[in-house]
Amino acid sequence: MFLLIKYLTRLWRERHHGTDGEISVKPGSGRSRARRAAVGPSAASRGPVAVLAHQVRYDIRASLRNPRARFFTFFFPLFLLVVFTGVFGHGTTTIDGDHVRLSRFYVPGILAMSIVVASYANLVISIATLRESGVLKRRRATPVAPGLLIVSQALATVVIVAVMTTLLLVVGKVAYGVGMAPGAIAAIACTAFVGTLAFACLGYAVSGLIGSPEAAQPVVQATTLPLWFFSGVFIPTTNLSGTLRTVGKLFPVEHLAASLQLASVHTSFTGAISVSDLLALAAWGVAAGAFAAWRFSWLPSVQGAGA
Amino acid sequence: MKAGASPRSVVAMLTNSLDVAVAQHRPTPEAPGGDPVIAIRALRKRYGRHEAVRGIDLEVRRGEIFAFLGPNGAGKTTTVEILEGFRRASDGQVEVLEADPWHAPAGWRERIGIVLQESEAEPGLTVWECLDLYAGYYQAPRDVDETIALVGLSEQTDERATSLSGGQRRRLDVALALIGDPELIFLDEPTTGFDPSARRAAWEVIAGLRELGKTVFLTTHYMEEAERLADRIAIIAAGEIVAEGTPETLGGRQVAGARITFSLPGGCALTELPTCVAARVEQEAGGKVALAGANVTADLHVLAGWALERGLELDELEVRRPTLEDVYLELTTNDQRS
Repeated sequence: MFLLIKYLTRLWRERHHGTDGEISVKPGSGRSRARRAAVGPSAASRGPVAVLAHQVRYDIRASLRNPRARFFTFFFPLFLLVVFTGVFGHGTTTIDGDHVRLSRFYVPGILAMSIVVASYANLVISIATLRESGVLKRRRATPVAPGLLIVSQALATVVIVAVMTTLLLVVGKVAYGVGMAPGAIAAIACTAFVGTLAFACLGYAVSGLIGSPEAAQPVVQATTLPLWFFSGVFIPTTNLSGTLRTVGKLFPVEHLAASLQLASVHTSFTGAISVSDLLALAAWGVAAGAFAAWRFSWLPSVQGAGA
Repeated sequence: MKAGASPRSVVAMLTNSLDVAVAQHRPTPEAPGGDPVIAIRALRKRYGRHEAVRGIDLEVRRGEIFAFLGPNGAGKTTTVEILEGFRRASDGQVEVLEADPWHAPAGWRERIGIVLQESEAEPGLTVWECLDLYAGYYQAPRDVDETIALVGLSEQTDERATSLSGGQRRRLDVALALIGDPELIFLDEPTTGFDPSARRAAWEVIAGLRELGKTVFLTTHYMEEAERLADRIAIIAAGEIVAEGTPETLGGRQVAGARITFSLPGGCALTELPTCVAARVEQEAGGKVALAGANVTADLHVLAGWALERGLELDELEVRRPTLEDVYLELTTNDQRS
């Protein structure tokens, strides 16, 4: 809980700070000292791995400085966790045949949501924005390998998801006593990794269908919001009708949530991992990745029409 | 332009810091007339049935600033994007730095820099971070701080790129195009939407690229910009090159007939003018008379003699040759009508 408060105060402080303008960083401050240390041979001259590390570092930095991404990736899931467990936390449900308190359902459920938000939602919006504002085209005009830029964005997302997952699990344990066995945590890490990559591919695929950054936010909401309700994120699937359950299973969110929720009732890695769900996620990811590779464009869509 | 980074100081920075670069990059230091950096022959580009570029030939030589003019939709951006390797030519030959841009070998992009017509700053990063990020893409980039100084953004080094003014952001674009230390730079309408002082500052930066020995391919809407900066100009209209030359000679401007205008002295009728002139004059609005396609020296001599003889004054006498803008408008509007 104190993390949440700490985050809120920091957000408030930054907001406050922001209104005074961002000129508070003057040459000679910590940041400029840090950057002087960066002088040396360029990343490209040290090979592709160095360029990748260089790009991942900047992708993470840019993502953390984006107020929208910060809010939806870090604050929003924690907020929902507090609300859901606060309101329904003392009820019970069944996961994989085991009777558990609803807080055991919500921690992995909200984790699934935050993974989708951090990878899919974040990438759809940021890729559409970067493409339409010409940033992708300008990067493409440099010698950097295009595949490297895409891999970097996926890796940056994995890092952010790792931080977010840790944060959620710690809050779940400290505030709601939802502890997980080491084997189950290993399974969560594994599932979260596959899920992040699959939803990142979906993000790339969907961003290619969007013509303007303004359309990105509604598209993200329309494609995710209904799924939270019948994929076992907000409401346990055991409470849903058979039809809704079947519909839920058609989409990838259900597989991510169900698979993460196994970790709430199993202590071993093998018990807490669901190969069939991971395969379903991987299939979605591969299909989306293939679609993105076919459809993806670096040029703004207005110019793509030809001038 | 902020105080402390006046155009003069930018030029000083350019010339001071870059003597070394000139030596490295221009083994033959004599200006325009070097080997071809861009060579286009019979280039065509079709989009479905529409042919945006209809067989153009161009050559840009090392060290020159080449301006490419044309109205919107004339095929300008398409041509530039083919040169930059973003689009594939439908037909014809394109060589940029001895390579076909569409099948450019690894390392080709190390040698070119591009300032796009519309590209926003990298979100979330400061000016310094933007340049450091891009520097990481090149084998042998320029120094980040020096490049920032070159475009006059030293005071904004630690500011978020997205918070810069329009003119500053454009200078950041130029810096990003320069960071890889390219031989050839594409500038696509670099000063569109600028106020006059920002435009002048940008011109100083572009003129400074010449001092660095860079070859510059510039597209623009502004005649004054082309006239100021370019060594050579080509005009494209409806997918074809309609004129090519130096700013002084474009469209036969140097030999194009001048136009003599003056007010007809009070009480004089057109018929009273000397016969060799009277046949060619046209009446203009406001009682003015114009003599087009004039043989300036002879015609003036006749007119002046005629006026002196009668003790008349030729008020508002003016001799004018077509400006670059006149030439441009004539070439591009004619072509669009056909």
